[in-house]
Parts: sequence; C-alpha cells; structure tokens
Amino acid sequence: MSVLERAQAVLPAPREPIVNDFSIAVATVNGTGSQTANLTLLRSFFRLGIPVHGKNIFPSNIQGLPTWYHIRVSREGYVARKPPDILVAFNPTTAAEDVQGLPAGGVCLYATDLKNLPQRDDLVYYPVPAAELLAGLEVPVKRRPYLANMAYVGALAWMLGVPLETVAEALAAQFEQRPKLVEDNLEVVRRAHAWASENLRKQDPYRIEPMEKTQGLILMTGNEAGALGAVFGGVSVAAWYPITPATSFMDALRGFLSELRRDEAGRPTYAVVQAEDELAAAGIVLGAGWAGARALTATSGPGLSLMAEFMSYGYFAEIPAVIWDIQRVGPSTGLPTRTSQGDVAFAYTLGHGDTKHPILFPSSLEECFEFGWRAFDLAEELQTPVLVLSDLDLGMNHWMGRPFAYPAEPLKRGKVLSAEALEVRGGFARYKDVDGDGIPYRTLPGTPHPLAAYFTRGSGHNEQAQYSERPEDYARLMARLARKFETARRLVPPPAVELHPQARIGVIAYGSTRYAIEEARDRLRERLPLSFLRLRALPIGPEVGEFVAAHERVYVIELNRDGQLHGILRAELPEHAAKLRSLAYLDGLPLTAAWVMARLLEKEEAA
Amino acid sequence: MKETTPLKPNAVGLSKKDYDGAPSTLCKGCGHNSIASQIVQVAYELNLKPHQVIKLSGIGCSSKSPAYFLGMSHGFNALHGRMPSVATGALLANHTLKAIGVSGDGDTGSIGLGQFKHLLRRNLRMVYIIENNGVYGLTKGQFSATAEEGLRLKYAGTNPFPPIDLCLEAIVAGCGFVARSFAGDARQVRELLKAALSHRGTAVLDIISPCVTFNNEDDSPKSYGYGTQHEKPLHELGFVPPAEEISIEPLTPGEVRLVELHDGSHLRLRNLEEAYDPTDQMGAIRRLLDAQARGEFITGLLYYNPHRPSLAEVEGLGTPLAQLPPALMRPGPERLEAVLRRYS
Ligand SMILES: Cc1ncc(C[n+]2csc(CCOP(=O)(O)OP(=O)(O)O)c2C)c(N)n1
Ligand code: SF4
Repeated sequence: MSVLERAQAVLPAPREPIVNDFSIAVATVNGTGSQTANLTLLRSFFRLGIPVHGKNIFPSNIQGLPTWYHIRVSREGYVARKPPDILVAFNPTTAAEDVQGLPAGGVCLYATDLKNLPQRDDLVYYPVPAAELLAGLEVPVKRRPYLANMAYVGALAWMLGVPLETVAEALAAQFEQRPKLVEDNLEVVRRAHAWASENLRKQDPYRIEPMEKTQGLILMTGNEAGALGAVFGGVSVAAWYPITPATSFMDALRGFLSELRRDEAGRPTYAVVQAEDELAAAGIVLGAGWAGARALTATSGPGLSLMAEFMSYGYFAEIPAVIWDIQRVGPSTGLPTRTSQGDVAFAYTLGHGDTKHPILFPSSLEECFEFGWRAFDLAEELQTPVLVLSDLDLGMNHWMGRPFAYPAEPLKRGKVLSAEALEVRGGFARYKDVDGDGIPYRTLPGTPHPLAAYFTRGSGHNEQAQYSERPEDYARLMARLARKFETARRLVPPPAVELHPQARIGVIAYGSTRYAIEEARDRLRERLPLSFLRLRALPIGPEVGEFVAAHERVYVIELNRDGQLHGILRAELPEHAAKLRSLAYLDGLPLTAAWVMARLLEKEEAA
Repeated sequence: MKETTPLKPNAVGLSKKDYDGAPSTLCKGCGHNSIASQIVQVAYELNLKPHQVIKLSGIGCSSKSPAYFLGMSHGFNALHGRMPSVATGALLANHTLKAIGVSGDGDTGSIGLGQFKHLLRRNLRMVYIIENNGVYGLTKGQFSATAEEGLRLKYAGTNPFPPIDLCLEAIVAGCGFVARSFAGDARQVRELLKAALSHRGTAVLDIISPCVTFNNEDDSPKSYGYGTQHEKPLHELGFVPPAEEISIEPLTPGEVRLVELHDGSHLRLRNLEEAYDPTDQMGAIRRLLDAQARGEFITGLLYYNPHRPSLAEVEGLGTPLAQLPPALMRPGPERLEAVLRRYS
C-alpha cells in the first residue's frame, strides 16, 4: 500500500464541522525558515477576521533542534495556549511523540519523507510531498528548505478552506518590498493546494469561515509594542547587552527611533549603545538619567542579576531609570527560550540592603505600549528605577490588539529645579522632603547657577547630599525613601478588577497569564463563579486588600515554582494572609485555561 | 606658565577658592590630595565654569577625591570600577559638559578593566585620571593589578604577578591621549591636565600617586622617594591656550615640538632625552615596554592622536538629549498612526 493509500484507507465517519475553533502545532526543524510559513498562516486567519494568536515554542539553538509554532484560532477570541488538534509533522525527530500527543479525532498533516510515523486509527492523516512539490522551481539550493515549508501552508489552506488570495496578501505584507520572494513562496503554496485538492479527500471536521472580529486591530509582538511606547515616552538614551528574549525589544526600539526621532536637521535625538555587559548598560542608563535624559535598558533574568548593584545605587541615590525585564525561565541560565514569571521577587527588591522598586506588569499590546511611555513619567516623578516585567510569551509572540491610544498626558519630568527656580528659592537641599511626599527636588548637571551642584553617591548622605554616617541622617533618609514608596502606591497604575456578583472566590494574577485565566473564568461561570483582579503594578494600592477582603479565598496564579507574587502579597497584606492561596506552575510553557480550571476545581473541592 | 595669584578673579570672575571642594579626609601627604589641588589650579587658570563640569569617580580613596575639588560642579561617585559607564550615559545625555573622571589603579586595573577598555573604544570625551599607587588604599593595603612583580609590602607580602601597565592598555585600546605623570611633579601634572581638557576624546592620565600609608617604601616604584629620584620626563611640557599667541622660546629646530589640540590650543614639548615622537603609536608601545624592562619610570605625553571622533560625534548628536524640548521627544499622533498602519 502506498503512503497515500494507507493514509486514506480508514475513513472515520463524517463529523459535525468545527468552524474557527482549533489549534494547530507546526513542528519543524529550527533554522529552516518556518517562521515565514507560520506567520503567513497567522496573518491569513487574521485577514479573514478570525481571532488568532501564535506562539513560537522554540529551542535555545540557531539550527537543527526541534521547534514548534502553535496557532490558536478561536471564534470566541480566546488566545491562551491550547493543546493542538492539528499537527503539521515536518520534523523527523519529534514526529512520533508529536503524533502520540494528538487527541482522538485530531489531524496529522505530514511530510511524506518522514519514516516510521506512528499510525493511529483515531486520527486523520494527510501526506504532503513537500520535496516533490518543489520540482522544477528555479530557486537556489539554499532557499529550498525555506520554500518546502510553504507546502504545509498550501495543504492547510486546502484543508481549512483559506482562500489563496488571502495567503497571497499575507505573504505580500511580510515581504513588503520583495515581489520575487512573494512569488516563489506563493508558487509552492499554489502547487501544494492543487496537489491536495486533486489527491486528498477531506475527512476532518475543521474549517474556517470569514468573520469580522479583527477589523481595525493590529498584529504585533509585545516587545515591538513596548519599544514603540518607549519612543513615544521620549526615550533618548538606550543601552543594552544582547539576551533572549529582550533582544527583539532593542531591535524594534532602534528601528522605531531611527524612523521617528530626528530633529529638523535630520540628526538623531537619541543614542543607542550596545554595552559590553549588563553592568555597563545599567551604568549608562543611570548616568543618563542623572544628567536628565530619559534612558532605558532591556534585559532578562541573567542580565538583571548583573544590574543589581546599580539598581540599588539608583534607589539610594534617587536616579530615574527604566528597565524592561523580559522574563525567561531561571534559575541561572535556566531555559533561555521559555517563558516564566520567575523574576518578580528578585526584581521587587533588586539590590542589597533595603531596596524597593516600583514594577509595572503589562499584559497586552496596549499595556506594553502604555507602560512603555508611562514608565518614564513614573521614574522621573519618583526619581527612582522603575522595572517593567514582561515575559517571553508576551514579548516575542504575535498578539492582536487595538491600535494604541496616543499618550493623553504631557511628559511628566518630575521635580527638576531650573536656574530661575534656584534663584527664587535661594538654593536647595537635594535630599530634603519639602512636600511631604518623600520626593525631593533635583537639579541637572549643566544648570547655570552657583547653587545648582550637589554630589551624588551610593554611600550614606544627609539632606544636603554630603557624606554622612550619622545614625539620625541615615534613619531619616531611609524613612523618607519608605515614604516615597508609599507615594508610589498612588502613582502606579491601579489593578483591573472584574467582580462577579456571585463569586466567593477570587483570582489574582498579572501579565500574560491573564488570557488563560479569563478563558477559565468564562468556562467556569456556572460551576465556579470567579472574580478576577489583574495586578498592573507593585507596590499594591488599597484595591488589592479590598478585593481579598470581599472574597472567601483568593488564588494567586503565576508562572513560577514558588509562588513569588503570592509571597509578596502575603507580606503586604498580613491581615489577609490566610485567605491567599498560591497556584503556581512552571514548566516553560505558557499557561492553559484547562490547567487553571482543573486546579481551581480541585482546590475548591478540597477547601 | 607662571603661577597666578589665587585671590585674583579669573576671566569668569571666580577666585581660586571658588574651585575648592570639601576638606579632604584622605591621609595627610596622600598623592591624591596633590592631584586634587592641581585640578583646582588648572580649572581656575583655564577659566572653567564649574556648572559646565561634571566630576565622576569609582570607589577607593582616589575616587573619593572629587568631593575635594570643584564644589560648585555636579559630582557622581559611582560604583567600584563602573565610573566609565556612568560617564558614558551622562555625556550621551549632555555632550556639552566637561567631564573629569578620577579612578584608582584597583578601580581601573582590576574590577573596572572591562569598562575602562570599552570607554576607550568609544572615545568618550573626558579626562580620565588614574591615581596609581599600586595598592588598594581604602581596603587597607592589598596589592593592586599595577603593583610590580616581586614588590614586598608590610601587610600584603610579596607580589607574585606582573603588573598591568594602564598606559599600554590605553594605547592598545585606541585611546588618542595617553600620558603618565607623577603626583610629586605638580607642574607636569598641571600642563598635562590642561592639554587633556582640550582633547577631543578620552584623555588618560596615569598619575603615580603614592599611598603614604600602605605603599611608600623608597624601593617601591610607586613611592615618593622612588618617583622623585627616578622620574625621567620624556619632554618638558608647556600648555598654550588657544587665546594666547603661540610663542616658542628661541630654541634650535628639532628641540621643540608643537602639538595642536582639539580646541586650537597647543602643547609645547621640549624633548629632553631623545627625539621622542608622541604621535607614533608603535614607538610609544615600544618605549613603554622598554622602560618596563629597564625598570625606568618615564613620564610625559606618551601617545597622541587627535583624529578619532568622540562618541558624541560618532552618534551625530546635536542639542543635548537632556535638553530636548517635548516636541522632539514625543512624535505627533500622525506618526503613531502611520506606524500602526503597517501592523494592521
Ligand atoms: C563591588 C565592590 N567590591 C569591593 C569593594 C571594596 N573596595 C573599596 S575601595 C577598593 C579598592 C580601591 O583601590 P584603588 O582603586 O586602587 O584606590 P585607592 O584606594 O588605592 O586610591 C575596594 C576593593 C567595593 N566597594 N565594591
Ligand atoms: S590609604 Fe593611601 S591612598 Fe588612601 S588616603 Fe591614605 S595615603 Fe591615600
């Protein structure tokens, strides 16, 4: 029996169509250019108005290891990770395991040159003769593997009913200025589509129908959104050291800066430095912030570790700075290309001694953009480092979002005294709490006034910024910094609270896990009504305590082993500590609604 | 140049006292104090406006010294070895400031060697002074990476490792102004400081600055005794500011070399021992290695190259980034819309 005959021999009974509601996993070999094929699929669904989300589940390797791309198509608009119904098996080394992972009734679309593919009676198999489809195509040998991937795009287009014009548009959008690339890729898609229509019989229930749910939306990565936000926040100095998954943040930032930030003469109004390491990146950011420019760095866990000494300095010497931490899995170099929320406890108190930092938690493209600019306002208003905790899932994957709102407020530069203000006041004391909010006044180097200068140091100082080891000076300074942190509670974005009138149970979470939690909440609506508080910043404001008080139990869901946010909340809300329960989970993959539902039900049954 | 009376106001209306800092808390007789007082003298003589100067340092006795000069200038006492990165950020934010960095040999040669080398690669426009005493002063007498091999110290024992020559490191890293001096030679320190302030990029001054508490035995090459007896200037130095007409003492040709600095000022080098050419990079390296082999202590302008642009020039910066008006910091709504259209 030929491969084709075997694949089509067992015909399961026709099933009810499943429209716009499935997940696809594309398994390929890293470094074969599958990203183009996958983004073409993603964009095609998006163009057809169907809510979609793609997750790149990739190895820490340039070439050769297995990589997966998960596409979730959801007419209801859910974008959390969901185990695949459809597998594109294009990687020989993982094919067996990938096939075993499919649910009954699933589909396996496979490259015909794969050997020993497990045969399951409860799956639909479709072969794709990728190599043969390239026959006669005039392309350099080097580009062949890339084009071979387009074969599964064509086969899927046939299987799901994606119009070829839509695929063509999606490809054109990717290769804006390179029509030859569009044409070559499209040719393979067409051939695969034609081959499938002639040789295969559709036996699976999955298909798509155009909708109108993505009109007016954008498709972007969180890192691009954050970088764009920073540009509209006036970032002028950026320094960094390459690290996944923060690199694409800086790549995007450089691109946007060179496009958007030039003066009338065409000169750049920014500087980007690739530093020698994260220590230097942090130092450059502090130096620039001290001298009055808005400065940021982007990094991930290992880089954040190196920045600790400077962040402690920035806290104590009171210098604005913005650090984007795109979290990946630790400890140590951990799983460099997998996602987690494992830095929160470390980031909150980054530094030795009593150091505390405000943290922003974006959870969507819109918030990446908004916190991109708002972080600078906060850092300058509070004169302190502000961390933005994103993660690999949010940062590197493509998400749908509403077009960003242009910042409504003017730039807030904080308490900076000009020469004129100094003249009126007759000078100033750098570290004196004049307004009772814990935030002192500062001057910038270069201010033309004899009373402008002060001395910045990371060691003990009095209100006049002079070196001091006097117990009362130190105690007063530390008390004021704590007061300033109380002011931060009022300035950071409040949580997003969605109360369910019948809910006895609440959930607290932050960042990219929101999508799995929202889906779980909707699906549990009848069985277990839930209220959801999505934290958008630390330190917490009064809303969090009120939320906990209003519920019998509150689960803190997060992507780390030890329940770090749970620990922080228990410490900040000792009176409610007994009500706070931890649901923490970490295996490197993004959260699923199924996990959230199962764990909540299990915990509640035991409660 | 002749000494000026300290109380007389200079061209910007300041007396020498106006350039003082807080009283020093360093040991009496510490070389770092003499260097601080030369910085005060030079700033006064060059009519620097204190608000246009920033002073930065790392950690160590030497790095404390910015508190002891130019009290009317903004100061930044950074972390151990990390002053270069802070200076980079500060000067990217405002490239019109004049930056004076002060570091120690431990600060620059050990924990900060990486940042030092990268500062030089980027050619930040600043004067970078290493107050080199061969020991860690502030942590009480351990060997630093510039201590000579075989040096015996009361507290630290015998140093088994060869020293790092920071001038060699600077020349190799592409620094365009590298000089060595001796804290006990006030006049040379002063003239070099003036020239360094006029340089286009990073100017490194490695100044042997004896630690009288932990490394001042006469047989130590970083002591006062040794320095005074063995200093071998390559040339006699005289700084000529741009405003003054360049007058050269009537000397036989070949004896005097004029080096033009970035801002039009000049350094007048009168050769003492040989026809030393500070613009010859290989020659400078050879001369330093030679001096090392012979245990010689040479001072003066070792290497000079005015051609490499500074970091701010490379970046093409105009208005200081710290002084951008809001309109230049936040592009208009139509620009945002145009970007977003590409993502729809
Ligand atoms: C990260 C870090 N490690 C160690 C120290 C302790 N420390 C303070 S000063 C110093 C040595 C400074 O020596 P040097 O730069 O030669 O300056 P000197 O005191 O001799 O002028 C050290 C190791 C520190 N402050 N920070
Ligand atoms: S210990 Fe040495 S370096 Fe430090 S102040 Fe005293 S003499 Fe100077």
